[in-house]
Amino acid sequence: MTGLLARIGAATLALLAGIGRMVIFVAETLSHLVRPPFYAREFGHAVMSVGWQSLPVVGLTAFFTGGALALQIYSGGARFSAEALVPQIVAVGMVRELGPVLVGLMIAARVTSSIAAEIATMKVTEQLDALVTLSTNPMKYLTLPRVLAALLTVPVLVAVGDVIGIFGGYLVGIYRLDFNPANYITNTVDFLEAHDVISSLVKGGAFGLIAALTGCYYGMQSDRGAQGVGRATKTAVVVAAVLILAANFLLTEAFFSE
Amino acid sequence: MIRLTDVHKSFGSNHVLRGLDLEVGRGESMVVIGGSGTGKSVILKCILGLLTLDGGRIEIDGAHVRRAGREAMLARFGMLFQGAALFDSLPVWQNVAFRLLRGELKRPRAEARDIAVGKLRRVGLGPEVADRYPAELSGGMQKRVGLARAIAAEPDIIFFDEPTTGLDPIMAGVINDLIREIVTEMGATAVTITHDMTSVRAIADRVAMLHRGKIRWVGPAAEIDGADDPYLTQFVHGRAEGPIETLR
Repeated sequence: MTGLLARIGAATLALLAGIGRMVIFVAETLSHLVRPPFYAREFGHAVMSVGWQSLPVVGLTAFFTGGALALQIYSGGARFSAEALVPQIVAVGMVRELGPVLVGLMIAARVTSSIAAEIATMKVTEQLDALVTLSTNPMKYLTLPRVLAALLTVPVLVAVGDVIGIFGGYLVGIYRLDFNPANYITNTVDFLEAHDVISSLVKGGAFGLIAALTGCYYGMQSDRGAQGVGRATKTAVVVAAVLILAANFLLTEAFFSE
Repeated sequence: MIRLTDVHKSFGSNHVLRGLDLEVGRGESMVVIGGSGTGKSVILKCILGLLTLDGGRIEIDGAHVRRAGREAMLARFGMLFQGAALFDSLPVWQNVAFRLLRGELKRPRAEARDIAVGKLRRVGLGPEVADRYPAELSGGMQKRVGLARAIAAEPDIIFFDEPTTGLDPIMAGVINDLIREIVTEMGATAVTITHDMTSVRAIADRVAMLHRGKIRWVGPAAEIDGADDPYLTQFVHGRAEGPIETLR
């Protein structure tokens, strides 16, 4: 019994210590936002890597999801004679939920993993120590540009994903479900509200922040050796995905609860 | 002068440095020897401020090395890492000129590149290497690039962590000669960590032997073969039998 309590206590302390380290990491990263020097070149590279290079995977994911969503809504709606609501529900579903969440999860898979693996490898090969000896703060040089790039580009990716997802639903609606093109577009545009779009972009920013911070944090915390790099990468992706889904729930509650 | 006084450093229950005292004179080339895992690299990381001391004091020219003033102190240092620690994402010249492209020592890009090419030439690498990436270089070339990076900003204190590890004997000899020449012509203070006795003989003015977290022996390099310390003798001659415990 005592052993069990000791294990629970140790696990709780470890969890709290981990949360504490992460909070300090986030605070330190954000504090660099207002303290020069700023590394514009590294920020530019991060924008290309996080934003531009994620476009294909985000576009494809959103496109197929939008198409599948249209088919599902049409099929499910037929039970209630609600087939005509396909444009509206695809639009709301993509913009409010599926767009941000899918983009967030794709960013966790693509960007969090790559950031964590890169920084963890830099740590085990002493490149982080080398940065320090070259009078360069790794938080400022590695973490801040990536976090800032994710914060600014993921909302754009979400917006692009929303549009492509709706377009996927539109193509299925027009060519598979025989909707009138003009009506489909009118119903989509008329039904969406500014509130929906704003929530989508805010979620994108929050998910980008989570994805980049988690990748940087676990990369910097990596243990030595190839196994350490692998573990850091895996943990970063899992934690980022879970935090993105949890944040999505909280933001949905904040934006849409009556 | 670098002075370490009663320096303690532990990792969990592993007490690596246990009251270490060491002095390195200005312009001197000090080599610290000792078995694998005895904490030689920890000494360098403590001086550089990469590790926080558990106890003791480190001074550079009389100034206490603290985390707060570390930035200014680091500008005086150059460091060659064991695995070179070159930045994979940057071409060779940007690795060498890293310090000259940002921060207080920032120069115009073209000037920084010229300096980098000059330093590469100094370590025996031609300008054709400048635009390659570290992954395209051999281990010996990477070490040379690391050396060029360490001296690019003309530091007055240079640290070398296992400079010849992983190199063939000829390349190790080349690196040793380069270190000796460069340290002498720059008039820099050098601290080298190694267990390669060929390196010790090639580059050391004085030698310090680390054993069980303390400096066991310190003296001129010329005296290591004739010293009467049984620990040093066993290490220098690479004998399995002796007071230093070895795992078999």
